[in-house]
Amino acid sequence: MSSVSSVPVSLAPGQTSRLRVVFVGHVDHGKSTLIGRIFFDTNSLPDGKVEQIQKACAEEGMDFEYAFLLDALLEEQEQNITIDTTQIQFKTAKRPYVIIDAPGHKEFLKNMITGAASADAAVLLIAANEGVQEQSRRHGYLLSLLGIKQVVVAVNKMDLVGYSQEIFDAVQTEYLAFLARIGVEARAFVPISARNGVNVAGRTPEVGAPNPMLWYTGPTVLEMLDTFEPPAPLVAMPLRLPIQDVYRFDDRRLLVGRIESGTLKVGDALVFSPNNKTSVVASIENWSGPHRSQALAGESVAITLKEQIFVQRGHIASHEETAPIESNRFKARLFWMGKRPLTVGQTYKLKLATQELDAEVVSVERVIDASTLETVTGERPFINRNDVAEVTLQTRGALVMDNHDRNPFMGRFVIVDERQVAGGGIIHGGVYSDRTKVKSANIYWSEGNVLPRNRTLRNGHRGAVVWLTGLSGSGKSTIARQIERELFNAGRQVYVLDGDNIRHGLNSNLGFAPEDRVENIRRVAEVATLMADAGLIVVTAFISPYLQDRRRAREIVLEGGHEFAEIYVDAPLAVCEARDVKGLYKRARAGEIEEFTGISAPYEAPENPELRVQTELLTLEESVSAVLEYVVPRVRAVSEDDIAI
Amino acid sequence: MSTSASDLLLPDFSSHPAHNGKYAPPIAGSCPAFFPEKVSRTDSAHLDALEAQSIYLIREAFHHFKNLCMPWSMGKDSNVLIWLSRKAFGGHIPYPLLHIDTTYEFPEMLVYRDWAVRYHDLNLIVKINEDARAGTGDYAERGPIGYETADPVTVTHELKTAALQQVMAEHQWSALITGIRRDEDPTRAKERYFSPRNKDFEWDYKDQPPEFWNQFTTSCAAGEHVRVQALLDWSERDIWLYIQKEGIPIPHMYFAREGKDGKKYRFRSLGCWPISGPVESEADTIDKIIDELAVTTTSERAGRAQDHHERNAMQKLRAKGFM
Repeated sequence: MSSVSSVPVSLAPGQTSRLRVVFVGHVDHGKSTLIGRIFFDTNSLPDGKVEQIQKACAEEGMDFEYAFLLDALLEEQEQNITIDTTQIQFKTAKRPYVIIDAPGHKEFLKNMITGAASADAAVLLIAANEGVQEQSRRHGYLLSLLGIKQVVVAVNKMDLVGYSQEIFDAVQTEYLAFLARIGVEARAFVPISARNGVNVAGRTPEVGAPNPMLWYTGPTVLEMLDTFEPPAPLVAMPLRLPIQDVYRFDDRRLLVGRIESGTLKVGDALVFSPNNKTSVVASIENWSGPHRSQALAGESVAITLKEQIFVQRGHIASHEETAPIESNRFKARLFWMGKRPLTVGQTYKLKLATQELDAEVVSVERVIDASTLETVTGERPFINRNDVAEVTLQTRGALVMDNHDRNPFMGRFVIVDERQVAGGGIIHGGVYSDRTKVKSANIYWSEGNVLPRNRTLRNGHRGAVVWLTGLSGSGKSTIARQIERELFNAGRQVYVLDGDNIRHGLNSNLGFAPEDRVENIRRVAEVATLMADAGLIVVTAFISPYLQDRRRAREIVLEGGHEFAEIYVDAPLAVCEARDVKGLYKRARAGEIEEFTGISAPYEAPENPELRVQTELLTLEESVSAVLEYVVPRVRAVSEDDIAI
Repeated sequence: MSTSASDLLLPDFSSHPAHNGKYAPPIAGSCPAFFPEKVSRTDSAHLDALEAQSIYLIREAFHHFKNLCMPWSMGKDSNVLIWLSRKAFGGHIPYPLLHIDTTYEFPEMLVYRDWAVRYHDLNLIVKINEDARAGTGDYAERGPIGYETADPVTVTHELKTAALQQVMAEHQWSALITGIRRDEDPTRAKERYFSPRNKDFEWDYKDQPPEFWNQFTTSCAAGEHVRVQALLDWSERDIWLYIQKEGIPIPHMYFAREGKDGKKYRFRSLGCWPISGPVESEADTIDKIIDELAVTTTSERAGRAQDHHERNAMQKLRAKGFM
């Protein structure tokens, strides 16, 4: 069997955290060649790889290219451009690296973002013979947008300009001026020849050869990379634990997610935004070892709570005194990579950490040319592919966020279009909503009949009927009203049907005789189905004492194509009678009310309800949580195919 | 108890053709699994970060795709995936595992499979492309497919990818959690964490969706599926360091055994026995394997014949749906 050795073994030198480095720059400025050269110089290539590339180049009738070491896909070799983000590892004496090669072609912006967004540091290439180009500036700007601060600028192809210090200085002066405008501080400018291996790892093309740039005494590219450090997890920041899911695989109720910042301890009081429920951390679970008393930023955790409150994916746990911003309207700087333009007034899915909300761009303040930093255009109703813009966004329901400069994990979001992440943005300051303006900004873009899936898309959930059944006084109406409040606050379409709004109008001609009860329930089921058709989550609160009636109600709702959940609100008769809020039991016992369920008429308890809530044992909050926990995942619009039937 | 994992022991496989070559059969009567001694290290920060990200990805997959499956090859990466899944879900694995059985598995691996099913309480689906092996149904004209008659690329495609397509059609899974890693192969280096595949399993590697800030492609159309590559960032060495740190049980075949020629051999990567070659190695402990990886310059999959059958063989296999 296994055991833990008593003496900790230290990792081999170099087995510290890896640094992820992205290589960016204008097309043909030599990124792949530089990466190939680094692999060659650090002896990071498998046996036979160089020979294999030599053979492949010969087959294509070309000279040996270091770039081909990376461009392993056939098509790329034929086109001689990098087409997608590649990640490969190498190591120096100091530590291992992950190289991210981002392509330079303008239409491949999304790959550059995909690569660069996960980088700890960047190498930006500028070819000395061509100087600063549009993409050189554009990529520099995107690095600043993505928050990458460790940047080294490699001025490549110095061999093509006779290793001229003058030309190097000119490139450096021009690009420094640009970087200053976007607030990026390059750690170094290094003149290199990737092809000849000058100032990459060594200073000379080969050992003993003369140094062609004696005038340069700064670090080589690899020396510079070794000075960078991976970002430390945000342990000292306020706690942010976006809830990823709630599991109940056994008798534990586990809240899971990754701590994006801060520290979480057993016994901490947590507040869950946006519904502002609070509870105390009971345990930090660990399947393969002893449970722990604290967890830090960067960890994927599973916790249990002392009081069972309603928590679901998208809720953000924090400490009360350092809670995040909650708003449905905010300003952002946004880049767009979608195939279709991002259009003002149209509804998109916005994702921030584990939150997913419908959102629309309320206004585009200005579109920025990322290479000149000039305002391309002022206010306009759309953002094109590859645009960067200042916008105001509005979400359906409250979004929990931080400003990006304060907490990057909670200050950045993506927008989904046609199932794909199509844009990203960083938040700089939430503002309160102006509700009157929002309504008039709604634009209907579709034609033809409104289909159920259109409603689902709009609402973010499907219609459904939640059928509460139980004795008078068991707590049905109270629970129903509280569910309505919770769902409404969460941006859902919800309505309660109960005796108050049905008996006096629609069913005012019905009494409490068995045949009237049957008709009463039938009508309620039909009305609930219509309302579910309209996209609502309908909560019904009727005693509905007969098994057969409830079975019929279920059939009516299911035939209408909606989810039906029978919730047995269970409390012993004695408890209900003791509560007797409206004095009905007393009157029934006195014979003033005939056919009163539980006293003079039967109640047939559900045999197989979706959920049984014992209100004698649970608090109102716990009862409501149990129902919401059952219902919410089942009405969620899981994915587009879920509703494209 | 009759279903206890500890009751399962390796029988004598010395006469099995898989052991005609360099790699000696296992010791009959021994446990099918190797339990590494746990080693705690002073600096495991990068392993902690890899683990946290993998668990995050697995939980995302489970949240967005209720109907999903985890292919399981029984190899080292696959066993790390089981471990990470159990960590993610508090000891449970809330989805089935899938073994695509080519019928050319090493015999001791099949015993290991049965052992692991009991040990981890797995819901395992085993799929064999029976028609391809028997030369029936769609294969009636071509005849039986096997290494005896066809090249490794063809066999890999029919017995693995085609088998996967059949079982996917049957179960309608919309996501697969895979254990591929970027450092294994240049085409895998270009993968996304959540990588969509069309109805024909094709990978459009030239036009992959953007993926950043841990936001992924989390839906697909009916008939399509998403591959969730939970170990993409790990290196071969990370896998071994983690197996050792956690004490994860794995098959014995990664460790050196003395062959008939007196030299020692082990497997770095396990596949079908007719086309999987062991490497010469003295590494009979995880420490030695880790030391060996620090100096080796041969690639992990060098012993896998299907990768090297022709130029860009791996790219062609993967474009058609291979993992």
